[in-house]
Parts: sequence; C-alpha cells; structure tokens
Amino acid sequence: MTSTAHDWLNAHGDYLYRFALARLRDAHLAEDAVQETFLAAIKNPNFAAQSSPRTWLTGILKHKIIDTMRKGQREVVASDLMNEDDANMDEFFDATGHWAEKPVAWNIPSDALEQKQFFGILQGCLDKLPKKLAALFLMRDVHETDNEEICKEMQITATNA
Amino acid sequence: MLSCQSASRLVSQSLDRPLHWQEKLALRFHLAICRHCRRFVKQLNQLQSAVKTMMQRTEADASIMLKPEAKARIMHIIQQHH
Repeated sequence: MTSTAHDWLNAHGDYLYRFALARLRDAHLAEDAVQETFLAAIKNPNFAAQSSPRTWLTGILKHKIIDTMRKGQREVVASDLMNEDDANMDEFFDATGHWAEKPVAWNIPSDALEQKQFFGILQGCLDKLPKKLAALFLMRDVHETDNEEICKEMQITATNA
Repeated sequence: MLSCQSASRLVSQSLDRPLHWQEKLALRFHLAICRHCRRFVKQLNQLQSAVKTMMQRTEADASIMLKPEAKARIMHIIQQHH
C-alpha cells in the first residue's frame, strides 16, 4: 500500500497541488489540502476500479478544497467585512436604486499578448481581495462546474470521512 | 418594477441559489428593458469564464510544483500510516 501511495504522490502530487493552488490561491493551504487528500486516500485505498487514481484523488481533493473554503467563509462572515448584506455592491447605485455609474462596455482582448496582460490584471485583482473573499468568489466556480462530479465522488469517498 | 439594484442583486444570487419563478419573471422583465443590467449580466459571465480560464492555466502550468519539503512531509505521513 505504502509504495502505491508513494507512486501516486510522485505521479500526481504536482498536478493535485496545481489544482488546489488554482482554487485556494495560497501555497500553504494548497499543500495542506494535498496532504489531507493523501491521508484520506491511504486510509481508504480501495478506490473503485471505475476511476483512474488521478480522478479519484482529484475527487477527494475537491472535498478538501471546499472544506478549506467553508472554514474561510465562516471567518469572513464573522468579521466586519460582510456585515452589511451586499454592502460592497450598494455603492454602485444611487438613492433611487439606479446605477450610479453605468457599466462600461468591455474589450476582452483576443490576441495572445493582450490576453496575457488581461489575466495578469485579473490575477492582481484577485490578489487585492482579502484571501478569504477571493476564496468565496472562486468557490462559486468549484461548485458550479463540478457539482455533479462532486456528488458522484461523494459516494465513492463517503467512507473517508 | 425592479430597481437596477434589486435586479443586479438577483443576478448575483442566481449564481448561488436557484431563483423563485417570481424572481425569474421580475428579472426577465427588467432585463428586457434595461441595457445596463443586461451588460452587467454579460460582464459577470465574462468574469466567471475568465476566472475559470485562469484556473485552467494554473492547472496546466508544469512549472508549478509541490515544494520538495511538502512532498517529503507527505511521504513521511504516508510511511507512518503503513
């Protein structure tokens, strides 16, 4: 068993780390999530033959990521950051509920160089958000894109809990 | 009639929960007559897809690797559980 887990770490460790880093945007949190994933995996190594080790490990990792984000979410709510419901949105509107500053048309760049700059700026914006708020923002994406898959994996890994 | 503020709030909430049919209807009416809010919806979608693309880029970036210390630590944990 141990040697298998070693092989998994060597073969999939970097990928799992990148997967976690893309969502948690914090090296330590991402490392911890990967570590938790392997811990869960060796506790219950009889993964279903229907999925590849990478798919299976990624499924476990998604749960760990969501757990981490949930923990962050509770702390955000507890803080003053989001005390007022939609407080941050309200400043975009005037007293009558109309846009104070109307949304301006965007030019989404199509050529590679501009695109690179665009993603650099987007990255910078996410970096400027408090970490936990950024996680909240990304959590939507984890849920939205992987919901069905998560539910499927949930059954496979239910005994890991 | 929904205000732009309420409409945009519903749009945001629709990402997190299914809207009631009354909300959907009110939102649809508002969007039919308000190009600013239509633009807001479009841009929110563009933002979502840009974030998704950014994630995929990170996932595909082979230069990002688990740090040797972290890998060693996880190896150690695996061994302990043997």
